[in-house]
Amino acid sequence: MELKSSAMPTIETQTLEVNLGPQHPSTHGVFRMVATLDGERIVKLKPVMGYLHRNHEQIGESITYIGSFPFTDRLDYFCAMSNNFGLALAIEKLGGIQASERGEYLRVIMAELTRLVNHTAVTGFLLNDMGAFGTPLLYAFREREKILDLFEAASGSRMMCNYVRPGGVREDVPEGWLERAREIVRNYPAFLDEFETLLTKNEIVRQRTQQVGVLPKELAVNASVTGPMLRACGVNYDIRKVDGYSIYPRFTFKVPLGSVGDVYDRYYLRILEMRESLKILEQALKEIPGGPAISPKGMAIGKAPRTFRPPKGEAYGRVEAPKGELGFYLVSDGSPQPYRYHIRAPSFVNLTVLEEMCLGQKVADVIIILGSIDIVLGEVDR
Amino acid sequence: MAIIGSGVLRGMGVTFKTFLETYPVGRGLLRVLGIPVTNGLVTVAYPETKQQHAERFRYFPFLVYDGTPDNLRCVACKICEQECPPQCIHIVMEKDAQGRPVKAHGRTLPKQFDIDMSICMSCRICVDVCPFDAIEMDNQYEYASTDRGPSMNFTKEQLLKSADYFRQIKPTESSTVDQRLAAKAAKASAAKPTEPPAAKPPSPPASNT
Amino acid sequence: MSSLDQLFVSIKGAILGLAQRLLPAVWLPWVSIVITIGVIAAIAPAIMMYLTWLERKIIARMQNRFGPDRVGVYGLMQPLSDGLKMLIKEDIVPRGADRLLHLIAPILSVVPAILLFAVLPFGRNMTAVDLNVGLLYFFAVSSVGSYAIFMGGWASRSKFSILGAMRSVAQIISYEVPGVLSVVAVIMVTGTLSTVGIVEAQSNRWFVFTPWGCVGALIFFLSGVAEVNRTPFDMPEAESELVGGFHTEYSGMKFALWYMAEFLESFAISAFTVTFFFGGWYGPAVPFWIVAVLFAALIATARRLPIPVKGLGVVAMVGAGLCWGTQPIPSWAWFFAKTYALIFVLVWFRGTLPRLRADQLMGLAWKFFLPLALVNIVATGVWVSWPFPIGTALSALILIVSSWLLVRANHPEAARPLRTYVFAD
Repeated sequence: MELKSSAMPTIETQTLEVNLGPQHPSTHGVFRMVATLDGERIVKLKPVMGYLHRNHEQIGESITYIGSFPFTDRLDYFCAMSNNFGLALAIEKLGGIQASERGEYLRVIMAELTRLVNHTAVTGFLLNDMGAFGTPLLYAFREREKILDLFEAASGSRMMCNYVRPGGVREDVPEGWLERAREIVRNYPAFLDEFETLLTKNEIVRQRTQQVGVLPKELAVNASVTGPMLRACGVNYDIRKVDGYSIYPRFTFKVPLGSVGDVYDRYYLRILEMRESLKILEQALKEIPGGPAISPKGMAIGKAPRTFRPPKGEAYGRVEAPKGELGFYLVSDGSPQPYRYHIRAPSFVNLTVLEEMCLGQKVADVIIILGSIDIVLGEVDR
Repeated sequence: MAIIGSGVLRGMGVTFKTFLETYPVGRGLLRVLGIPVTNGLVTVAYPETKQQHAERFRYFPFLVYDGTPDNLRCVACKICEQECPPQCIHIVMEKDAQGRPVKAHGRTLPKQFDIDMSICMSCRICVDVCPFDAIEMDNQYEYASTDRGPSMNFTKEQLLKSADYFRQIKPTESSTVDQRLAAKAAKASAAKPTEPPAAKPPSPPASNT
Repeated sequence: MSSLDQLFVSIKGAILGLAQRLLPAVWLPWVSIVITIGVIAAIAPAIMMYLTWLERKIIARMQNRFGPDRVGVYGLMQPLSDGLKMLIKEDIVPRGADRLLHLIAPILSVVPAILLFAVLPFGRNMTAVDLNVGLLYFFAVSSVGSYAIFMGGWASRSKFSILGAMRSVAQIISYEVPGVLSVVAVIMVTGTLSTVGIVEAQSNRWFVFTPWGCVGALIFFLSGVAEVNRTPFDMPEAESELVGGFHTEYSGMKFALWYMAEFLESFAISAFTVTFFFGGWYGPAVPFWIVAVLFAALIATARRLPIPVKGLGVVAMVGAGLCWGTQPIPSWAWFFAKTYALIFVLVWFRGTLPRLRADQLMGLAWKFFLPLALVNIVATGVWVSWPFPIGTALSALILIVSSWLLVRANHPEAARPLRTYVFAD
């Protein structure tokens, strides 16, 4: 109920400070927002993070390079393979290691499957926040389970894969894995169509999400927002195209861009990105060569991590993680442990624009806007 | 009408189709109408039925022995203890009264090999770095206990499992390991007159493969 | 008037006959009242409990999973264990809250919900009280529920409860208006306010098959959904929002009473929609043995029932088929079947649709449903004055044109084409 001070100027209103506390039912982890409300509109919003800080960077400085890989799994715990990929790229740059062909293909396949997994899950969660009592979420998770089974067959673990290594991947995929992957990629567009039928033209979803949480283009670029949030505003910046790391230049795919930058754009952009990922997957699964899954130097490092002493220097390896630009900054001083190990987490940087997007919106929209930024607290707090 | 329009109805159609697909009668009905049936119930009614895991599914490590539990492959080189990222392994080598390492079956052995299961991350690095293929990953996961300390700390006796068990749970991986061990044994027996197998000190070997 | 149709009436008659022989004549009306009230008081909670079971099972099946199936076969004992859980929970009242109001509010919300059952025409001659202002009684009693909600929110002495309660009361009041107006059309055609009279007026054609009835049913049903605070209109009690709503500070049995009120009212809304628009207890003349055979097949193929129960069920169905096979399906069976079909639609909504924001749902009530209901009244007038087919065609035309205009006026962006997305390299 709002007291409109413009209609009755003699009534004074008070703003209400409310704690969207660390425990709230709309997921995303332990994240707190201190919101100041005037009636139903947000006047000020302060995000408070750090509830999940686990000293990842500090730990990384006291164990070997390879020893950090299991911890990178737990950064963005939805996309373990992409996180490993980023660290592997940084180590390869630092140590001058070349990856094997098949290893590169396997890495790209895993990264794109991770993108499918992540975008499906986050779309499901967004709709769960909107109140659709879990049905789209469970459909998303049903499809996600099939891909997670693939991850389990390849690496031994569904989420904390610890699979990608500098030089390729830890071991080759088992027999029949590629066939199963092709089967899933073949069936996925049907599921995406069904998912879209449930959601895209749904008038209620459109009413809730269009023109909500608009992010202007200049603000996005100035705040170094990356990933689907940036592309929803219309800025063409996809690291797979800009950097052309690993073997991405060999695949033809397009980068979808939005126009308005509201929640609907971000949600729909993720669906379009999933379709592009399916194209990359089809090409990669068709062209994958034989050979060793990891280069000899990579295997040596994996067997005996303490022998890997990269030359002094620094390297920054970045990947287009499903949430944005995930970067690993390593400084080496010649010893088996890194001297400095820093992670540029996309969710953390994307969260800085939360306040600007939420000002003037209603409380019910804040949850949806937060869902559309797609944060994972493991990354935000490290 | 805008809100109750075609989009909402189509969404409800998808849900209804999923509802019908979970019943055999409904599946028959859909097939009669020519609509493809894609999904059904996906719940695994644990604990009556259990999920079938892939072969490589890893959970906690175990120590491998060939034949009898005292013929374990581990030589207490402590490489896994060093490399373990959360540092959950604790090894004490078997030493006699004078502090010299005791040998059994021609190699040193650990007196105490504790893994704290509440710390272990299931990351597999101990398996990757072991030069003797003495530690492998198990796929048992029903280890819930009611206390926080003692029953979660697995001692050497609890960790020892036979190589036959390993071959049973992981056929392809154990065949690779067996081939590697056989090749090493062949090389060692070929080089036996000149180079006796020695106890390795706890430092990384010079080079590999 | 078959014997199966009037089964319950004849049972009650037999009991009254017995009472007549045993008790003095002055007590007979009271015996009759006690029997009626007793039956309603017994079936209302049972309906509510198995409605929760039905909802959980249906939503689960829509999500590719089983519903509750551990407690009792097919989870049929689940409502009992839920009830037990609610009973043994600690009753927490916030400090400084008004204890009396905190206690009265849930009771005040359940009582009207049960009172509504008094005018429901469950079957031919099976209405508890055939008031000749039955429809007015329905609207009056269901409005008392909004008092209870506000009382509950106020008594909790918590900022968020009051906010939630206010939002909920605003929603209920604003959706009552289109609801009442849509039923005015029915009154115009039948000329009576009695529920039994309205059902009997649909003996040759259900009202939903007329243009004004179709639109009226839709408006009435959706207004009813909004009045019981169910998805997609359940913003005031949404869990993932800031405020938990008016029932945040309630626990244990009091919460169970709120819950019961919500489910009883959803049943009542479905039942009244069936009464006003879907023909009440009328149904096509299908012989009863078809239903008996279907049920026998269902019981025989149920995988989880033990064999003796299955055998007993099949024998009972076969016996029923032999006894009453040639009679048409009884009126009360049609009533319950139609009501449960509408309840399925309610649960279907809940399982599929996200919720509307509070201001959007108010906009829907005032700017869309209300004008449409008014136009509906005009269309009904047209339908009544000119006989078929001119009347039907004209009223249909009026309704279609006006709804199109309302859509354009309210949601211009929905009429805009979908956005274009650029694909770049």
